[in-house]
Amino acid sequence: MTESTTPVPDRVRILGPEEIRRALVRIAHEILESGHGADDLVLLGIPHRGVPLAERLAAQILAAEGIDRPVEDLAGSLDVTMYRDDLRQHPTRAPSPTRIPRGGIDGRTVVLVDDVLFSGRTVRAALDALGAIGRPSAVRLAVLVDRGHRELPIRADHVGKNLPTSRGERVHVELAETDGEDAVVLARPAGEEETR
Amino acid sequence: MKHMISIADLSREEAIAVLATAEHMAQTQSRSIRKLPTLVGTTVVNLFFEDSTRTRISFEAAAKRLSADVINFSAKGSSVSKGESLKDTALTLQAMGADAVVVRSGSSGAAHLLAHAGWIDQPIVNAGDGAHEHPTQALLDTFTLRRHLRPGEPEAGLDGAHVVIVGDVLHSRVARSNVLLLTLLGARVTLVAPPALVPVGASAWPCEITYDLDEALGQGPDAVMMLRVQRERMVGGGFFPTAGEYSRRYGLSTARAAALPEHTRVMHPGPMNRGFEIAGDVADGPRSVIVEQVSSGVFVRMAVLYHLLATDSREDAR
Amino acid sequence: MTTAPTLLLRGGLLYGETAADLLLEGGEIAAVGTDLEAPAGAEVIDVDGCVVLPGLVDLHTHLREPGGEEAETVETGTRAAARGGYTAVHAMANTTPTADTAGVVEQIARAGESAGWCTVRPVGAVTVGLAGERLAELDAMASSRARVRVFSDDGKCVHDPVLMRRALEYVKSFDGVIAQHAQDPRLTEGAQMHEGEVSAQLGLAGWPAVAEESVIARDVLLAHHVGSRLHVCHLSTAGSVDIIRWAKQRGIAVTAEVTPHHLLLTDESVRGFDARYKVNPPLRTQADVEAVREGLADGTIDIVATDHAPHPADAKDREWDQAAMGMTGLETALSIVQSTMVDREALSWRDVARVMSETPARIGRDEDQGRPLEAGSPANVLVWDPRPTTVVDPAVHASRSMNSPFTGRELPGRNRLTVHRGRVTVRDGALVEG
Repeated sequence: MTESTTPVPDRVRILGPEEIRRALVRIAHEILESGHGADDLVLLGIPHRGVPLAERLAAQILAAEGIDRPVEDLAGSLDVTMYRDDLRQHPTRAPSPTRIPRGGIDGRTVVLVDDVLFSGRTVRAALDALGAIGRPSAVRLAVLVDRGHRELPIRADHVGKNLPTSRGERVHVELAETDGEDAVVLARPAGEEETR
Repeated sequence: MKHMISIADLSREEAIAVLATAEHMAQTQSRSIRKLPTLVGTTVVNLFFEDSTRTRISFEAAAKRLSADVINFSAKGSSVSKGESLKDTALTLQAMGADAVVVRSGSSGAAHLLAHAGWIDQPIVNAGDGAHEHPTQALLDTFTLRRHLRPGEPEAGLDGAHVVIVGDVLHSRVARSNVLLLTLLGARVTLVAPPALVPVGASAWPCEITYDLDEALGQGPDAVMMLRVQRERMVGGGFFPTAGEYSRRYGLSTARAAALPEHTRVMHPGPMNRGFEIAGDVADGPRSVIVEQVSSGVFVRMAVLYHLLATDSREDAR
Repeated sequence: MTTAPTLLLRGGLLYGETAADLLLEGGEIAAVGTDLEAPAGAEVIDVDGCVVLPGLVDLHTHLREPGGEEAETVETGTRAAARGGYTAVHAMANTTPTADTAGVVEQIARAGESAGWCTVRPVGAVTVGLAGERLAELDAMASSRARVRVFSDDGKCVHDPVLMRRALEYVKSFDGVIAQHAQDPRLTEGAQMHEGEVSAQLGLAGWPAVAEESVIARDVLLAHHVGSRLHVCHLSTAGSVDIIRWAKQRGIAVTAEVTPHHLLLTDESVRGFDARYKVNPPLRTQADVEAVREGLADGTIDIVATDHAPHPADAKDREWDQAAMGMTGLETALSIVQSTMVDREALSWRDVARVMSETPARIGRDEDQGRPLEAGSPANVLVWDPRPTTVVDPAVHASRSMNSPFTGRELPGRNRLTVHRGRVTVRDGALVEG
């Protein structure tokens, strides 16, 4: 996105509830089409908003496969706080729980799920965190929004929406579970310089 | 949170945040690889003017599990025992580039002084200062207790719980920190000690004080915390006539423990004088959480180091 | 002093009461009156609105020389005294070597004389080496050229009752007085601060009030029994005030002193573990502060004495229990008394002259000090301006040490002029080299 001299509205809604729903259905099918059945899969959401997204994907997958099992068997959460490389640049981050589905991750395909893919550093931390827990046969990455500006050689396998942004902008993913309503919003803090 | 000097400096929210982080740390410690990269590249100095192998090892394990480098600087065989002052030691550590200093001293206020005298800028963790405070001990005691009384509630306090703390309150930094933290989290605390081992002025503390152990235990507390009788600190002597008389009146005997409600937990900060303040079979018995306290210590100290070091410590930080 | 200049102090308030001129000539007060004519060659100094007092007398100063020159010397300590408005100080005996022989006390008196900033009256030790075991040669010190009249083991208590009795009896023959540092040693083993709510919280070993009060009670009874006079150093508790009040009602010849710091500071100051607040006797509670102020106001407590106790920085930059006890005080004493007593109308300036000059001079038998502001008196004079305020900064103090507990406080009053034996030693807060 090029710099515009016209005033940018503070918040622009990029995706609404229906678009988010469709994006997740598509991702769920992509995951199944990439050759993995539900038995072989573990979906781990990265707190905070990756966790409900992983649960929704798991529900889609179970429904598509016609399997009657609780979502918790397929989806869990993976906290990456302790593996971040930027802890000393921010106020203290409160860690979130990690919950690994009963079968563990050894020998399975783990799909990491996050709301927004930006620099790639969170995913890097997630890969390290995963390594301390077990040895999956493969790790894939699913995100609702890829906003660009990668700082590491990381790409997503499944993307809900590619959204070109400038660095100064913020992408907010709001979910019914955490925020009351589903939406993806592009926001630009008033007067903020285009630096990170 | 810049330092961990005294429980009196903490808000309830800060205390709960540390305990919640400690729960998180505990969770990570059941993984196949327990070492976390969180503090890689930082150096934690254990500055121990007083011998305490247990506490030092606990802090060392905590720092190493978070990938920090650890330098142990103990009084024995160092320049400290050659009369180097706290100030000179602090200036040395500052010049060497320590990122945090864990300090244990026989002098009340040593950690406070280190944090505030302007000799060193780094976060200071009080690992026990004289008879003043031992905040990480209180945090680990509370952490242990909360797991039993409020299981699965990482954000819970100890509201409504009743804890009886027994023994040498006068010389105990553990008692002082625990009275502050337990009451901060909503628990009711009863101190039990022979009168000479209750500090003059303790009546202002937010707790009840009694000289009668059986009366306190008769209230059916949720936990009984036995303090070590610090015989080496008994300056002037005469705090009680004999060990036997103390043990009869204030020791947690097998019979006293048996009369407690089923759910009551027995705690001791260690090291124990078995058969003196606590009967051996009570210390090893089913209601004892004394060994658990030791593992809690590592989790809590990991959490404290995390809160002090894995943060932007600049004054103008967002 | 033959070289003393002629000075006409114009318009000062004598004892803070009546405006008058004061003519100083030949080391004496030559005339007191209104609209005095300046003799030829006289310097006229306008001191309009300032309070004129007899030069202050400190009955309790630690000059540290010999042996503690890193903290203070007779030279630096008496400079500090002059800046504080003092024209005489009594130098405590806990030096190295101890001031327990005629030789040592004469050396100290001589050093004071040659420094020339104020009169130095050595205090003699009661017991040899302050050890509390046997009496020092008190008569030898009394009849030396230092003419010692005050004897004290200050820093330590003469705790043996028999020894105390003998000392009280012995000094009667040469009109001496025992100044007791009242502290029961057994009750204060390892003690770090006043025993109460704050010590309980901080985990510092308590220094009970009773350790002071029990010794004072014993000593007034002993003084009564043997008919001697007794002086109680740095009394610090409400209970001590009660005991002195009781003793005076019984006609016992006891006098008592309080320090400026005990008139202002409490044990709450210890909470930051800053050893500048570590002192012996310890800072007490607010109730004790109120009681000593009341005792000073009603005359139960006779004098204010500084217990000026300088220490090198290294002795204070330490863990509380390893730090030295004591505070500097000479250069802040009158400001503290003004703010705690005069500005609260608990003492008049006339009373200040009594408690900081006349009575300490009488207890110490300083014939040339604390004299009335009238013709014929030695020209030992303080001119004090009570109107300006100053923020305490030990860096500008003349004392060699920095351990003032009042650092950073804004205090009232300023030394306009100190005159010692007719010589101006301080002018507008600054020392005037002789």
